[in-house]
Amino acid sequence: MFDSLSGRLSEVFERLTKRGVLSEGDVDAAMREVRLALLEADVALPVARDFIEKARAQAVGQDVLRSVTPGQMVVKIVHDELVTMLGEESAELDLNAPPPVAVLMVGLQGSGKTTTTAKIAKRLVERDRKRVLMASLDTRRPAAQEQLKILGEQAGVPTLPIVEGQTPVAIARRAMQAAKLQSIDVVMLDTAGRLAIDEALMAEVAEVKAESQPYETLLVADALTGQDAVTVADNFNKRVGLTGIVLTRVDGDGRGGAALSMRAVTGCPIKLLGVGEQLDALEGFHPDRIAGRILGMGDVVSLVERAAETIEEEEAEKLARKVQKGQFDLEDMLGQLRQITKMGGLEGLMGMLPGVGKMKQQMADAKIDPALIKKQEAIILSMTQGERHNPKVIHASRKRRIATGSGTSVQEVNKLLKQHKQMVTTMKKVNKLGKKGLMRHGLPGLS
Amino acid sequence: MSGGWLSRLTAGLGRSAGRLGGQIGAVFTKRKLDQAALDELEDLLVAADLGPVVAGEVTERLRADKFDRDVTDEEVREALAGVVAETLEPVALPLNIDRSNRPHVILVVGVNGTGKTTTIGKMAKVLIESGEKVVLAAGDTFRAAAIEQLTIWGERVGAEVVARDVGADAAAVAYEALARAREIDADILLVDTAGRLQNKTGLMEELAKIGRVIGKLDETAPHDVLLVLDATTGQNAISQVEVFRDVAAVSGLAMTKLDGSARGGVLVAVAARFGLPIHFIGVGEGVDDLQPFDAGDFARALTSP
Ligand SMILES: Nc1nc2c(ncn2[C@@H]2O[C@H](COP(=O)(O)OP(=O)(O)OP(=O)(O)O)[C@@H](O)[C@H]2O)c(=O)[nH]1
Ligand SMILES: Nc1nc2c(ncn2[C@@H]2O[C@H](COP(=O)(O)OP(=O)(O)O)[C@@H](O)[C@H]2O)c(=O)[nH]1
Ligand SMILES: [Mg+2]
Ligand SMILES: [Mg+2]
Repeated sequence: MFDSLSGRLSEVFERLTKRGVLSEGDVDAAMREVRLALLEADVALPVARDFIEKARAQAVGQDVLRSVTPGQMVVKIVHDELVTMLGEESAELDLNAPPPVAVLMVGLQGSGKTTTTAKIAKRLVERDRKRVLMASLDTRRPAAQEQLKILGEQAGVPTLPIVEGQTPVAIARRAMQAAKLQSIDVVMLDTAGRLAIDEALMAEVAEVKAESQPYETLLVADALTGQDAVTVADNFNKRVGLTGIVLTRVDGDGRGGAALSMRAVTGCPIKLLGVGEQLDALEGFHPDRIAGRILGMGDVVSLVERAAETIEEEEAEKLARKVQKGQFDLEDMLGQLRQITKMGGLEGLMGMLPGVGKMKQQMADAKIDPALIKKQEAIILSMTQGERHNPKVIHASRKRRIATGSGTSVQEVNKLLKQHKQMVTTMKKVNKLGKKGLMRHGLPGLS
Repeated sequence: MSGGWLSRLTAGLGRSAGRLGGQIGAVFTKRKLDQAALDELEDLLVAADLGPVVAGEVTERLRADKFDRDVTDEEVREALAGVVAETLEPVALPLNIDRSNRPHVILVVGVNGTGKTTTIGKMAKVLIESGEKVVLAAGDTFRAAAIEQLTIWGERVGAEVVARDVGADAAAVAYEALARAREIDADILLVDTAGRLQNKTGLMEELAKIGRVIGKLDETAPHDVLLVLDATTGQNAISQVEVFRDVAAVSGLAMTKLDGSARGGVLVAVAARFGLPIHFIGVGEGVDDLQPFDAGDFARALTSP
């Protein structure tokens, strides 16, 4: 069903992009298909309507219809409008408040709150060096508090001792008190799942919020959610007040329309994505990837790819100049690693985007392992700016510090430094072949 | 089932269907069923998660019947309920326990967090009350505290739980549980499994393995494979049914969380496409919140004001 739809969509866009001149009728026909694609992708109806209205208004604008490639312009408008509605800027968690800062996790039953609580806590501890305490306020689901406790042990994050018979509000109070005594930076409050229309339980979570005064209140929602996404997001936002959304199960093959729905009705940014059951399966949010997925069509993605290629060319050129001057430092290597992650991105998402299969194959051919790239990124991030610019100063004790900081070993740090050297050497060779050769052949030494 | 279940279902579904019914009312109070009206109706059905295909079918039928005639919202609702019920009627079937199976093995599968464990607890309660001897297998050896969760359900309903340690092979747990169920001459074995996304081939293969391994003890087992769907899920439920059916030989469905604002309309598309029996619906977190699936009630609740 999805395949046939995205096939149809591609056809419409192909027709559009081939045309020299577009009529309003052409645009309308295309918009009808886009609307269907949105609905198939579980974008909520009112949101889809609103979207089409906005995109159509832009597409029939004078500039578009008279431009050299009107079809491509329309495709780009649809894509860009989606990205705009999903939120262009990537929003981070905001914990800039006097400690202990509370983070309240809310959502429907089974949406992934407890797992996400542990994932965020783990990241705050490991990446941001925060002192974190987790507390489960779920007194309803059997063994829910036990679940968080076990996850805490796995993540190396302390949990508030379980006291039978306490109400969620009492547990929240106890957590905040304990945090003050133990000079904790961040308190993660996991709550029981509740239906958005359950008045009693919504009142309860509002009370928990009043007690703990969270700086972030995150709605944890399943990326596979259907039309109900608007009701859920709207009710939770009105009753509890949200500061952000975390989408889970993005590793599934859902089209992710709920992202657009929830973002649109609450105006809250999507701050994080859950991409697996493991505690490190947490990612930042990239609107363009979800946009391509919602529309489910290769054209948009290839368009984005083309745009990306231009950036790559510019960067490659800049890089070539640096290499010529012998200035390719670890900071530049970091940039390269990030570009690879950007292209390849979330491994789970990659395979699902039409047109990305090719890129994935290229990465496979080049033996690039996303997990390894992440590790290498972490190593460079654990270095000072001075070290990145001048790797020669990195001796034994610094290596140890960097290894600890990045959760790797001295051997791995050594390996990275060696690779950097190799890259400089290889790049000098590639440079002679011309700047495009660099990206074509992938980066050496990343296997 | 308890006396007030229908009213409870309608109350639960009513909350979700309320808006749909209400919207139909607002659109169709005594006016001509023209193209604009049909388009609006199609939109409303899509908003109830029925999906474009089924939504299109319903509107087509109305067009054939009543196009350009003055129709009341009552007529529209009836027609809508009719189509929905017609699609669902053939699949509204109870889960039959074959007493010649010693025990009758039911494997419960689904995506993460849909309500598998809770549904097992609720089913065990119903079965025990009707005099069956029930054993539960803690086949979710992956998720933190999943074993503890099932164990608490076992205590609640008075069923023996067979469990091993976290990380144990799920198929081995199921095998052991089947052996134990035979030993104590149980009537029914309910096997819980870890939630898994249908696009994770490795995890899906694990389900097939559970089937193979318990088949060594009883080649007819599992006798039923119940896929638990979450009413909150949108069109992805279709892909869930397709893949779980292909890999894990799903024999029937249950849909949970119908007490919420989600309408579960995707079930209509699922029924039309796969024709798998729908056995139960979940209407709450409590032990008694399991109902048999009734096509007429579901259709009426979906379309009543
Ligand atoms: N409101 C409502 N909640 C339900 C229903 N069925 C299950 N739940 C809740 O949904 C959440 C998940 O249920 P579980 O039974 O743990 O789901 P599961 O499929 O076993 O989950 P995993 O094992 O984690 O994949 C729990 O909080 C349940 O209480 C239902 O019919 N209505
Ligand atoms: N595949 C996948 N599973 C997830 C993700 N987040 C949570 N889960 C699973 O979803 C189920 C419910 O998660 P849980 O955290 O207990 O949900 P809660 O009821 O909202 O606290 C568990 O089986 C988790 O392992 C995710 O991002 N991807
Ligand atoms: Mg939980
Ligand atoms: Mg479970």
